[in-house]
Amino acid sequence: MQNILQQIGIENYIYLSVILFCIGIFGVLYRRNAIIMFMSIEIMLNAVNLLFVAFSTFHQDAQGQVFVFFSMAVAAAEVAVGLAILVSIFRNLSSIDIDNLKNLKG
Amino acid sequence: MEKNLALVLLLAPLCGFLFNVFLGKKAGKGIVGIVGTLSILVSFVASMYFFSLIQSTGKPFQVDLFKWITLEKFNVNFSFLLDQLSVLWLMFVTGIGTLIHMYSISYMHDDENMHKFFAYLNLFVFFMITLVMGGNLLILFIGWEGVGLCSYLLIGFWYKNQDYNDAAKKAFIMNRVGDLGLLIGLFILGYLFNTLDYATLKTAILSNSDILSNPLVGIAALCLFIGATGKSAQIPLYTWLPDAMAGPTPVSALIHAATMVTAGIFMVTRMHFVFDLAPYVQDVIAVIGAATAILAASIGLVQNDIKKVLAYSTVSQLGLMFLALGFGAYEVAVFHVITHAFFKACLFLGSGSVIHGLHGEQDMRNMGGLRKAMPITFWTMMISTLAISGIFPLSGFWSKDEILMTAFHGNIVLWVVGSIASIMTAFYMFRLMYLTFFGEFRGTEEQKHHLHESPSLITIPLIILAILAAIGGLISLPGNSWLNHYLAPLLSKGEHAAHHLGTTEYVLMAVATVGALLGIGLAYSKYIKNGEVPPQDSEIKGIAKTLYNKYYVDEAYETLFVNPIYRLSHFFRNYFEVFFSEVVFAFGKIANAIAIQGKSIQNGNIGLYLFAFVLGVSSILIYLFLV
Amino acid sequence: MNVSFILILLLFGTFATYLAGDKFAKTVALFFSLASVAGSIFILNQHNAGIDESFMINWISNPNIYIALKVDGLSLAMLLLTTVLTSLILFSSFGNNYNNSKSFYALVLFMSFAMVGTFLSADAFLYYIFWELALIPIYFIALIWGNGDADERKRAIVKFFIYTLAGSLFMLVAFIYLFQKAGSLLIGDLYAIRLTENEQFWIFAAFFLAYAIKIPIFPFHTWQANTYQMSPSVGTMLLSGIMLKMGLYSVIRWQLPIAPLAAKTYMDIFILLSVIGVVYGSIVALKQRNLKKLLAYSSLAHVGLIAAGAYSLSFDGLRGAVLQMIAHGFVVVGLFFAAEIIERRFQTQEISEMGGIRIQDNKFASMFMIVMLASVALPSTFNFIGEFTLLYSLYNVNIWFAVIAGTTIILGAVYMLKMFQHVMLGEQTDKVFKGITIQESVVFVIIIAVLLFFGLYPKPINDLITPALQDIVTKINKL
Repeated sequence: MQNILQQIGIENYIYLSVILFCIGIFGVLYRRNAIIMFMSIEIMLNAVNLLFVAFSTFHQDAQGQVFVFFSMAVAAAEVAVGLAILVSIFRNLSSIDIDNLKNLKG
Repeated sequence: MEKNLALVLLLAPLCGFLFNVFLGKKAGKGIVGIVGTLSILVSFVASMYFFSLIQSTGKPFQVDLFKWITLEKFNVNFSFLLDQLSVLWLMFVTGIGTLIHMYSISYMHDDENMHKFFAYLNLFVFFMITLVMGGNLLILFIGWEGVGLCSYLLIGFWYKNQDYNDAAKKAFIMNRVGDLGLLIGLFILGYLFNTLDYATLKTAILSNSDILSNPLVGIAALCLFIGATGKSAQIPLYTWLPDAMAGPTPVSALIHAATMVTAGIFMVTRMHFVFDLAPYVQDVIAVIGAATAILAASIGLVQNDIKKVLAYSTVSQLGLMFLALGFGAYEVAVFHVITHAFFKACLFLGSGSVIHGLHGEQDMRNMGGLRKAMPITFWTMMISTLAISGIFPLSGFWSKDEILMTAFHGNIVLWVVGSIASIMTAFYMFRLMYLTFFGEFRGTEEQKHHLHESPSLITIPLIILAILAAIGGLISLPGNSWLNHYLAPLLSKGEHAAHHLGTTEYVLMAVATVGALLGIGLAYSKYIKNGEVPPQDSEIKGIAKTLYNKYYVDEAYETLFVNPIYRLSHFFRNYFEVFFSEVVFAFGKIANAIAIQGKSIQNGNIGLYLFAFVLGVSSILIYLFLV
Repeated sequence: MNVSFILILLLFGTFATYLAGDKFAKTVALFFSLASVAGSIFILNQHNAGIDESFMINWISNPNIYIALKVDGLSLAMLLLTTVLTSLILFSSFGNNYNNSKSFYALVLFMSFAMVGTFLSADAFLYYIFWELALIPIYFIALIWGNGDADERKRAIVKFFIYTLAGSLFMLVAFIYLFQKAGSLLIGDLYAIRLTENEQFWIFAAFFLAYAIKIPIFPFHTWQANTYQMSPSVGTMLLSGIMLKMGLYSVIRWQLPIAPLAAKTYMDIFILLSVIGVVYGSIVALKQRNLKKLLAYSSLAHVGLIAAGAYSLSFDGLRGAVLQMIAHGFVVVGLFFAAEIIERRFQTQEISEMGGIRIQDNKFASMFMIVMLASVALPSTFNFIGEFTLLYSLYNVNIWFAVIAGTTIILGAVYMLKMFQHVMLGEQTDKVFKGITIQESVVFVIIIAVLLFFGLYPKPINDLITPALQDIVTKINKL
């Protein structure tokens, strides 16, 4: 383990995770399909998880990995709820394009 | 014992009032009249007792009841003072009051609200007694406003007629203008001397020589005088009195001739020690008095309503009294108050008798020749008319002469003015007599048919008052004046007290008499010899028209004061109110406007929200880590 | 038993009234309200016997806040005024039938609870809670049971609510600042803080906004006329009879002693504003066509005078203010009740549609007239004593204040007599005025008795309030 980390270096993990996170952000911002936005959010989440794990190893501290399990469980629950919402939106509007969701207009 | 009697004197009319208010309707008209009259009679008898008491001992009598108003620096008690002045006033208030109540029993007998009439009349006497008996200025003020209230109620007694209500309202409001002046005067005196009691006030003023230099005293005197002009109908607040004739005639006799309107003179006499300190205010009083006397007399020359003539005559006579007050001749003014109360009450009651006989006719153009039909009314009124005109040896001669003599010694111009007013008085009073009682009857046939002398309940008071009007002068004959001696302990100055009779005085008397005869002669030649009848309203021209319309003073007041205030009210209501209201709403509108702008950001585009969110988070991060 | 008992009684009464159901609500409400009167009289007796009935427990320990209820002559006078007037108002409403009367009467009692709380509180936090609490019931009373067009009413009432609420927020800010300084909100601690003149000015101004709107002082009065007109009479009476006394009371209790220096420095300005209110209210009243609006403006004039007296900072001014507060409370309830009696019969508030009532019902005319005369401060009525004392205190500040404020004597007579003439006098119109009921006359008789009794013998009230006011005057003059 030590070797791999030493070989690759912590900073590369950070770069990867930042890239993943930015991909997620851009996905959320530019795509209009709610499922894809959802997936982008998951990517951001996983980018953070990756960072957690990397630092956990780096610091030799298991707490970070415990947190990852937590956040994965929470993400799973969140996906369940989010998808349920999406399904009901789809039932109502026959579309999951978020541009059609303008009920919040003030 | 005296204390209780004083309370009886004060409260008897109040009991009469309460009885008539609560039980009057059930008790029936007979009882109402008797209770009303008796309650005043009780006060009269009590006043007589106090009169004889003070006459013999000469000591004033004070009743302190309880603390009323508490101020930081002083208290005002419910206290009553019976001294020479107040007892004298009580005597003629309750005495004439009794006669007029008696008269009213018959006069008001056909009115459905007779019990109310007597209730108000009793209440009036109660407040008048309070005014006169009060031991300090604030008790006087209770009575002062109270009589104003009763005057309001009685002028508007026939409340179905809105014109009468207007007259009543006008009387109350104009009195209130004066009352504000009086109140300010009270404040100044209270502030300066920390008391409102007459006795303490007098000692404080007389013992304090620095006070002379204090301008506030003069202002106080002026304010008190403003109060007096309201109640006693002087310029500029006199216009309510002629209108007040809308009330039943006994009211005019009691309130608007004999008693209430003399309250101003009473108050000035009471507070003479303040006025003595302010010579320039006295000058103002004298000038206002003389001006009122001649102004009212000149209006009286052409009036055709019998009560209006008498009303202007009252204003004019009150002016003469103030003329005397202005020269510090308080006892002379008091003398005229008393004689005037006798003959003017008699004249008003007489005119009431005439009006009663003609079933409500008040226009002299429709009268005439009543001498034969109403002999008692005629003769009593004749005596009073001679008295008011100043014919020797009736009471008016003595009192008016004293006023003119005082004026002569004080200021020749004012004497001339007063004398002319007296000549006018003689003229219009005889004009009234000639038009009413001489010549041919000018009313309708039906009225002529019903002409009759009034019943004895009406004529007896007339006879008594006529006798008093004839002999009333005895109380203060020049040279040996009982009244001056009687009032001397109060009005300590006494320099005007006795005019020793010299040539000047005899000449003045002669001049006055000639003047009166001149006025009478003029009236005789115009209305008897030429048989003239005043023209109809539309045909009145020239100066007479100005006079007939009372110099347009009412109209002037309307344009100068009433209308501007109403316009202001209108302006405030339509613009100021809206403006302030809109300012408050403006805050709401600003918030609203911001909200409407903010609403457009909230356009429902989730993408935009997300973008804003990311932008926001990024900027926070940048701020936290990079800046 | 101490003074908190009355609050508990009123709160309990609120629930009991609500639970009693529509049929018995008014009786239950009256019962509890009379019980609170009895309680107040008991407290008064205890007070006179020298027993202190104040109440204080710690409520929140951090921050340091107490439930503190203070009994002194001043708060006791206001307590009695509130409980007696509430009973009177409740009784006067017996002639009406309200929908959902259980809520209505419960709200009235609740309002009484809140107002009593305001008058008794000796802790600023508690005071503020009660102060705002009083607004809620009157909001619903006016909104739901009011009269006139529903939209217009909503506009007027919401304005009133938000306006007074917004004003009070400034007071809250002031209290928070004071708490920072004093570390407690007990009134005694607040009195004891020494503030610089600048601080005092801001505190005073913040209080002034809250109170000027509540009282109301010109030019913060615009909510008043419409709210009075739109509210049901009970609401109007509660507002004008008691609630605006909350503002005046608070001036005396909170504003002046906490910021005396500012009060002294800017005295003339505040007196001037109040005096302008006197004249302005009177003049606007001259041209009102609506009876309740006319009375509202007359009320504006009268409270202006009271405020002017209070801001004169003199003993006479404060005493006159308290006396006149009580007198005005009774008079204004009487006047609005008269308007209500006419409205019950004629279904109108427009003066032009009235007239000819005196012919039909003399008793009512006489009683209305006595109340009206009291309102124009005829001597020997209670109002005269208040007005005289107030004007005298103004005279001591400046003669012109007394003269200008004194014009209310004249203008008051003008608009009141004019109103009376057109409402009551004149020939009978085609409208039939049914004679007033015994229940209605009882209300009037009580009011008239109070006005005349204290008009001739104000000593009991005077003795009650004098020590408390002396305290306050000493505090104002401590600097």
